[in-house]
Amino acid sequence: MSPLSPAAQQALEQFQACQQWEQRARLLLQWSSQLTELPKDLRTAENLVQGCETRVWLVLKQKADAIHFEMACEARLLRGLLALLLVRIEGLNAAQITQIEINEWFNQLGLSRQLSPSRSNGLNAVLKRMEMLLQEI
Amino acid sequence: MIDSLCQHYKNTVANVHRAQHQPGERATRSFEAARKDIKHWLQADPQDVLIFTKGTTESINLLCQALAHHLQAGDEILISAYEHHANLLPWQQLAKNLNLTLTVLPMEPTGHLDIEYAIAQLSTRSRILAISALSNVIGHSQNLQPLLNAAQKQGVWTLVDGAQAAVHQRPNLQLLDCDFYVCSSHKLYGPDGVGILLARERSVRALRPWQFGGEMVRHCGYHNAEFLPAPLGFEPGTPSIANIIAFAATLNWLKTLDIHAIAQHEATLHKAVLDGLRARDMQIIGSPNCALVSFNAPNVHHADLALLLGEQGIAVRAGHHCAMPLLQHLNLAGALRVSLAMYNNSNDIDQFFNALDQSLEILQ
Repeated sequence: MSPLSPAAQQALEQFQACQQWEQRARLLLQWSSQLTELPKDLRTAENLVQGCETRVWLVLKQKADAIHFEMACEARLLRGLLALLLVRIEGLNAAQITQIEINEWFNQLGLSRQLSPSRSNGLNAVLKRMEMLLQEI
Repeated sequence: MIDSLCQHYKNTVANVHRAQHQPGERATRSFEAARKDIKHWLQADPQDVLIFTKGTTESINLLCQALAHHLQAGDEILISAYEHHANLLPWQQLAKNLNLTLTVLPMEPTGHLDIEYAIAQLSTRSRILAISALSNVIGHSQNLQPLLNAAQKQGVWTLVDGAQAAVHQRPNLQLLDCDFYVCSSHKLYGPDGVGILLARERSVRALRPWQFGGEMVRHCGYHNAEFLPAPLGFEPGTPSIANIIAFAATLNWLKTLDIHAIAQHEATLHKAVLDGLRARDMQIIGSPNCALVSFNAPNVHHADLALLLGEQGIAVRAGHHCAMPLLQHLNLAGALRVSLAMYNNSNDIDQFFNALDQSLEILQ
């Protein structure tokens, strides 16, 4: 599995330093505001992720070998979770991305509950859509 | 309920309406006693027929299929704008299949159904009126009787969906004059996977069996069969015996409680929730008058707020509440819902508002 990038390492340290849910929530909001969102004209029905109640749009942009995802999301905390997802996979190629254990990554961040199947917040739906887009390459 | 389940599984497990052996007889006796007790809780007439199902959703699907043979292209089914998916999709799909008209009765912004307007919509093409006693999103309780009376005068079959209302207002089928009434056990503190369809004696004859299998037949040959009348003709296969007996036990326990005291208690809590939300300038959906409140915080996504409330151990539901057309009608992406039950107390309300304040402090 690919090692953590410096940015991902930094995220890990920040989240591991959090003792309480309030700190984690505030940190998630910070990450949320750092995500560069998919431009409005690309937030189309086609790019909408099916299966989450909160609207998320996802586009895959490939530059040479490296995979680059762009997203937009209505809810701020989910946007923060998506930013943390992206920081883990940014710069990797498709094969490397599929080897990343995303559950383990959110577990390390102390955010594993956000991936539980009863959550309709959409993180699971986004992961499924990413997998699908990667297979189509 | 749990005692009843244990007792059944420890001592009386056997199938019903089949064997001559003693355990079978005991199970059948308990099962039929449960049917009687549930009818008593509903304050139904002895001649009314109670059919067991998996839940409100199955009860409505049953009704759809069992009445379908009476319907022709151009016939009309009426529902309200505030129906949950269970009392919308079965009718919507039936209407599509048979080229029926599905009329959606409008509600006022308060969540109140315009009864006069609804009555005026009834015509000779109207065949079925299917309507909830309480919206699961707006929490606005309706007085449906004038509409039900008008529908019956036109020869329209009437269904009241009590899924949301039954736990807050014990149904009185002496007063509520409809052809069919449905509700679910799990919303009445009972076990999961059990629901009922109560049919009046005058209406049950219109129903044609919809699912087929064991123990519903009077006579069965390879190419033909004769079916038992309701209820057994509508309960093929092995029913959820333990859960049905435990559901009756739950209702027998509910009967021992003071329903006026419960209603008073829930009304006090409901007012406290409404007052607290108003004091915080939350956007309340409609004019809730019973048991639940849906709301949004200005400029905060409902999913964000739900997530932070969840972190603090507050169980609210966020999203479209299985009523997507209603939310679209209200032009909302979703909402949070506080749903109260008799086991809540003022301490819960305080904790909810502390958690809400804390969440809003982080999000705003």
